[in-house]
Amino acid sequence: MAADPLIRVTGLRKTFGKHRVLDGLDVDVHGGEALAVLGANGAGKTTLLKILATLVRPTHGTATVAGYDCAKDAESVRRHVGLVAHGAYVYEDLTALENLTFWTTLAGLHASAAARAGALASVELERFAGERVRTFSAGMKRRLSLARFVLARPRVLLLDEPFAGLDQRAKKWLEEHLASFKSRGGAIVMATHSFGRELGVADRIAILAGGVIALDTPRGALSAEDIQRLYALHTEDAL
Amino acid sequence: MWKDLLVERRSKETLNALFFFALLLLFVFEFALGPDRERLAGALPGLLWLGFILSGLLGLGRAFVVERENDCWEALLLAPGDKSAIYVGKLAGNLLLMLVVEAMLLALFGVFFNLDIVPALPALGVVILLGTIGFAAIGTLFAAMTTQVRARELLFPVLLLPVQVPLLLATVKATEAVLLGEPLGAVAHWLKLLAAADVLYVAVGVLTFDFVLEG
Repeated sequence: MAADPLIRVTGLRKTFGKHRVLDGLDVDVHGGEALAVLGANGAGKTTLLKILATLVRPTHGTATVAGYDCAKDAESVRRHVGLVAHGAYVYEDLTALENLTFWTTLAGLHASAAARAGALASVELERFAGERVRTFSAGMKRRLSLARFVLARPRVLLLDEPFAGLDQRAKKWLEEHLASFKSRGGAIVMATHSFGRELGVADRIAILAGGVIALDTPRGALSAEDIQRLYALHTEDAL
Repeated sequence: MWKDLLVERRSKETLNALFFFALLLLFVFEFALGPDRERLAGALPGLLWLGFILSGLLGLGRAFVVERENDCWEALLLAPGDKSAIYVGKLAGNLLLMLVVEAMLLALFGVFFNLDIVPALPALGVVILLGTIGFAAIGTLFAAMTTQVRARELLFPVLLLPVQVPLLLATVKATEAVLLGEPLGAVAHWLKLLAAADVLYVAVGVLTFDFVLEG
């Protein structure tokens, strides 16, 4: 029998006023698996991630992470989830090391100086440990954001447009980092607009349209063109 | 608190702005009152606290601005553990900043109005500390409540000032007595009211901050 999924979403519905963004969405993601969620602007990708991260409460239905209900047991869910959203969650006037120290202290991680330095090295920012984040590029901020999870070791990573604004080298680094995360049994949900090599890390492609998963298919040998064709078939977002 | 003070030390945004604001306030007071020492003596406690409250409103209103940059507010929310620690840290940072601004304002009052406030300083310090703790405690909570609201600049003082009325009454009365040279014992009833309000406001902040953060 297959292990229980790390993420289970059942009949998830979310409305903002009269606007129904998610309308009975069902999806599972197992450990060691990466799900790429594609969809037009406003399709509900970010809403889904925010519900899983416990930032937004669902109107109806359930979402669980590591067996904990995202609405009823948010505190337990937060111990297992790492979210990388549009904001990098970093303070511009602190250095990279100070940012990392702040977040690990707040999360009660008691990481040693060596562990923090190691985390910065793992995201290739060790040379910039003492530099203020204000001077960092978008890619460097994204990497610093991910350094927190090297120490916190969440079981689930939720990524909103993780490759946006990254140069080729940073994209390659992120791909390797995510592949390594998966190999350690972590689950990834990644919202993206991209059809290119960024989807290389995904094991499954889900197309979100009309508030539901219109297509959930293994990525397998699907090429970027195949994915584009499927996307056009299931959404109104003309390519 | 360490993070907030470090950010402020490097950016100096709030402290610089508050210093110049305090200076402007004193010019306004100077023009409004003129050189009449008698009028000044009667109005001084009120003016002093008006200066503290107005500069405090500006400082507290910016307390969570740094958390909006790069969506750090979301990350605070996602941090596992007791959120009241965030409140206590923010409160400590705000309190320190307000006390620094108040010390500057007090010194400038002395210079601008040619007042000898040194003999009253120890007693005045107690009144100012007690008044500022309560102001910062409820101000930090309301700043957090309004930081994600569009009309926050308007809503923040509208919410905060009515709650400050008991504190303001006690601080002005106690300051008036202390500046007239009365001992602290003579204003013990006002100090007890301030201490009780401080305990109440800090407790409300600690107990409700989690709900405020969660929205």
